[in-house]
Amino acid sequence: MTGPVLGYRRRDGRVGIRDVAVVVYLVECARQVAEAIATGPDVHPIGFGGCYPSAYAQEMLERLCTHPNVGAVALVSLGCEGFDRERLADVVAASGRPVTTLVIQRLGGTRATVAAGRAWIAEVRGRRAARTAPLGLSDLVVGTICGGSDGTSGITANPVVGRVVDRLVAAGGTAVFEETGELVGCEHHMAQRAVTPELGIEIAARVAKAADYYTAMGHGSFAPGNAEGGLTTLEEKSLGAYSKSGSGPIHGVVTPGQLVPTPGLYLLDVVPEGTPRWGYPNICANPETYRRMGDDMDVDAGRILEGRAGIDDVADELLALVLATAAGAPTASEDLGHQEFVLTYKSSEPTGPGCLPMVR
Amino acid sequence: MNAAPHDLLLLAEGDDVLIAVRDLEPGAHRASTGSTVVVGEAVALGHKVAVRAIATGERITRCRMPIGSATAPIATGAWVHTHNLASDYLPTFAHRGGAR
Repeated sequence: MTGPVLGYRRRDGRVGIRDVAVVVYLVECARQVAEAIATGPDVHPIGFGGCYPSAYAQEMLERLCTHPNVGAVALVSLGCEGFDRERLADVVAASGRPVTTLVIQRLGGTRATVAAGRAWIAEVRGRRAARTAPLGLSDLVVGTICGGSDGTSGITANPVVGRVVDRLVAAGGTAVFEETGELVGCEHHMAQRAVTPELGIEIAARVAKAADYYTAMGHGSFAPGNAEGGLTTLEEKSLGAYSKSGSGPIHGVVTPGQLVPTPGLYLLDVVPEGTPRWGYPNICANPETYRRMGDDMDVDAGRILEGRAGIDDVADELLALVLATAAGAPTASEDLGHQEFVLTYKSSEPTGPGCLPMVR
Repeated sequence: MNAAPHDLLLLAEGDDVLIAVRDLEPGAHRASTGSTVVVGEAVALGHKVAVRAIATGERITRCRMPIGSATAPIATGAWVHTHNLASDYLPTFAHRGGAR
């Protein structure tokens, strides 16, 4: 890197690495209109497809619309759905971001709403914020998210991520690893890394809850492709996923939408869902996958398997890439225009003091 | 081109399985431990073979952590997968490939 890494300073003091405008559908019936509005660079459709009120979806969209990587928000309502669009608009306005609410049934239908939405986006994008806030590793909050795992994930890409997590936390930064449903079988080892015994008990209980959920659903977090790739059991897959968490102390557990209170290493208590791709490099574990799909990848960690690089070499590369991404370099999936997002009916409560002991 | 000095990787001392670092044909292959392992069947990249003979019901470890229990006797060098290893937590669902 030459020169300092600069981000976007938001009114709440947090700094973003992206300045995305989100177009938010508040019911599935408004999704096509939202997607038609979200056509320019750095304009992403997100939303909730359900028709009935969901406290979880409300909380998640309030957090996402005031996320440091978001600079402007257009809400797209059909008009008859149960989502509390006024409250969401108020929360966004209170954060200082430009916000508009487009109600399809009032504006005269699909064409009129798409036109109004595009005009609003063009207007607010014309007065975008600039990158002025210097950023270091200690300012970053980096999350990990799995792709499709095979037998190589836990040998190459995930240990590389673990090394970067260790270095980031050592530098005063924050890392959040996931996800309880993918860590079944690792709970006792994880509990030993907790900064307090109470936190260790919480971690084990939350993984047990995820295992109960999967048992009730009749399946684990285990897809046919996992087995084709050489993984045999849920706990074997977990073991590979677990190596993304590095080797340091675990400072707490958070749930979706909850902010981490202080820098450190946190477990995100969640079972799989979609997440916006605002600056996520793709790290490919399998050298053959990289040869097939290199265009979609940012890092070729499969080199480790073929003796062409060591874990620390690839970790050096990834850490440099994290900083370059923070400075604004597009990742492969951003460059390709990926904007997938999923938010479903769920319930989730923020964790309490037992999960956030604030011990360092 | 594969520059790895071995075909089978032992992730941690004492593990019950070796990981194939490329697609392997049946026959003798170099392990990262320095020994040679005779692999009984074709094994794909990322898949596992047994380091030792394993009896039905025995726990199998990878990276020193248990990944399930053997559901059939497994010979040294045999492919270890859904046909002879099962989760101690939840069943594995593989509707394509995987199981035979």
